[in-house]
Amino acid sequence: MNCCGPNADAALSLPSAAARGPSREELALSSRTLPGGMRQTDLSVPGVHCGACMTNIEAALGRLDGVDHARVNLSTKRVSVRWRENAGAPDIAEALGRLGYESHLFEQGADDKDETLAELIRGLGIAGFAAGNIMLLSVSVWSGATDATRDLFHWISALIALPALAYAGRIFFRSAWGALRNGRTNMDVPISIGILLAYSMSLYDTANSGPHAYFDASASLLFFLLIGRTLDHVMRERARVAVKGLARLAARGATVLNPDGSSAYLPVSDIKPGTHILLSAGERVPVDARVLKGRSELDCAIVSGESDPVAVETGAALRAGTLNLTGPLTIEATAAAQDSFLAEMMRLMEAAESGRGGYRRIADRAAALYAPILHLTAFLTFIGWMVAAGNWHQAITIAIAVLIITCPCALGLAVPIVQVAAARRLFENGIMVKDGSAMERLAEVDTVVFDKTGTLTLGMPRLVNAGEVSPEALALAAAIGLHSRHPISRALAEIPGEKPAKEWAFDAVEEIPGFGLEARSGTDTYRLGRAAWALPVANGATGTVLSKNGTRLAEFIFEDRLRAGAMAAVSALRDKGLAIEIVSGDRPDAVASVAAALGIDQFSSGVLPNGKVARLEALKAERRKVMMVGDGLNDAPALAAAHVSMAPASAADIGRSAADFVFLRESLSAIPLALATSSEASRLIRQNLILAIVYNAVAVPIALLGYVTPLVAALAMSGSSVIVIANGLRLGTGKTRSPRPAAGQGQPFSTKEAMAS
Amino acid sequence: MTGLLFLLPVALLLGGLGLAAFLWSLHSGQYDDMDGAAERILVDDD
Repeated sequence: MNCCGPNADAALSLPSAAARGPSREELALSSRTLPGGMRQTDLSVPGVHCGACMTNIEAALGRLDGVDHARVNLSTKRVSVRWRENAGAPDIAEALGRLGYESHLFEQGADDKDETLAELIRGLGIAGFAAGNIMLLSVSVWSGATDATRDLFHWISALIALPALAYAGRIFFRSAWGALRNGRTNMDVPISIGILLAYSMSLYDTANSGPHAYFDASASLLFFLLIGRTLDHVMRERARVAVKGLARLAARGATVLNPDGSSAYLPVSDIKPGTHILLSAGERVPVDARVLKGRSELDCAIVSGESDPVAVETGAALRAGTLNLTGPLTIEATAAAQDSFLAEMMRLMEAAESGRGGYRRIADRAAALYAPILHLTAFLTFIGWMVAAGNWHQAITIAIAVLIITCPCALGLAVPIVQVAAARRLFENGIMVKDGSAMERLAEVDTVVFDKTGTLTLGMPRLVNAGEVSPEALALAAAIGLHSRHPISRALAEIPGEKPAKEWAFDAVEEIPGFGLEARSGTDTYRLGRAAWALPVANGATGTVLSKNGTRLAEFIFEDRLRAGAMAAVSALRDKGLAIEIVSGDRPDAVASVAAALGIDQFSSGVLPNGKVARLEALKAERRKVMMVGDGLNDAPALAAAHVSMAPASAADIGRSAADFVFLRESLSAIPLALATSSEASRLIRQNLILAIVYNAVAVPIALLGYVTPLVAALAMSGSSVIVIANGLRLGTGKTRSPRPAAGQGQPFSTKEAMAS
Repeated sequence: MTGLLFLLPVALLLGGLGLAAFLWSLHSGQYDDMDGAAERILVDDD
């Protein structure tokens, strides 16, 4: 068990802004109170992936002051820590950071135990128990038990089936009742009617010592259908948990300066307009605000789509959600949290979401057609036999046989089993699917709309002229760059394979917001930053310069880079005949150069959030089915408005929760892969529906003529279910390797602009 | 036939025991962390 380089599982390449993890104040704010003066904090730690990580973390956290108990859950990649209240919040995030793990807080509240799943699994257990035992008794009856023995077996079956129906069946009865009350019909209506009628008819027969009883059919029907229901639920839940484990990009609280000079850490919801807030470098702006004091640069990529940091000074207006990069600021809140930019996006999203409500899932559409036909056939059978033979008992028995044999067992399994197999394949490739309907919608898409910053590009500068700079200068720049959060400094500090060769011991490193970094070592002064500032005479040099006592050591050129696989993904989509478009909030020239690099003709720039929604509405009016791919806060309404949407793991929280698909890896090859898997899944679903129809075409005439005994019904039902499941699982076995370009091969494109502060 | 009087309750009881054991294990959170449990068995606690 020495597999562990933390984060070796590069699946989660999150923006480094979140790398620091939640502060102690945030931890305290989000913890739960337990009896006995204890508090519990739950953290998501995506880097945990083996037994060694588990023991390391548990041991390290257990040693912290005040920590009573720490336990890692490897399946959900979470750590829950119990600590004593009187000792204050332990610095869990820092301890995890020292071990090399990122940690994030996730939304509390909605996170309690999954009651629905527990109910489904309990129902499954009970239905399975009942089906198994009744089947044993039924087999004895079919093998020739007669008279009193047969009646005894039937009675016992009835006894076992009753609680199973009452407990496991209510999941279906509830949904069927809900549909009927609203004047609709869904798949659960024929299921419920079939099960209940079969049970009561069999009870009547048993009381009259009849030869046939359908207790086994009703119990095993429940069992099979519950399998489908449970799989469907598990799939959705897994995606939800995985997405929730990602970093929160909204501030949870802020350090508030009271008029008397003291400061306190308050939750965002308690901040009122006029409150003074201390915002240190690396924090996100909690609410819309104005700068009172200080000078810094803000990363607005996730809010507006602008790729370059924006310099702010006293008086500048800040929007909630932007990240303070370089200097501490004192700001004054201008709006409460519920009136801030973030909340405005939420409202836009709710308004936009109605567009998707019209979609009905394939299974429901099939049920809407199938259920009336089913009821009609059973009813006509009853009438027909009444007229022909005049024996109401016989007529009802045959009508029930028709209901049972046609009961949409295969349908109930056909769709979820395929979608679960497809979701599993996507999951293995780092793509989370919210639910089955998303996959059905994705298969219909004919237009793809991309956001630029953070989606097509990484939104982070990379050094492009590393070859022209001496290794020593590069190491020096990296050592200085370590001291700042500015994207350029981070890019320098993270140059792969160029770790600082020797420890540079600086006496002092100072960040001058808007200009760069100044480091002092003995009598030497190094400056890393804007050319005009680092050099006494900026003789033609632009961009970022490293200088020693005013003499130029090196000049660095940075470019934003396309996400890995962007080129391949776009051309794969184009080959499939999809229309592609960029809608970005960034400057026209930046958008144009990305569009040119990718060969996309349709693009618009400087688009506001409601402009994005308007563009999607326009496409919808042209009867296009649009997939939106975006990451920012400003994309969230558009993500909600699109027919189907996709977001990278680095997206803003509300964008991630609005998107149907979230891909965890950096590469955009996730998009063609998801598309291919979805269309394959929809092909298999259609096959399964056809199989179910063929089965009915064969079985219904036999049932109509009254040849279906309980034995035949049991065989036919299990047979059709097994065929449908086997067909659905073909998706999981065929390991189609989709195009996966070599990781990390982002293509630079040509905006030769130096991204100095 | 008298064998049935004896065998039937036994069969149902055993089945019921299995079901009860399953429901208990579910309730006590034994399926909460399947991957973790697989790893923990290899960890030496001393």
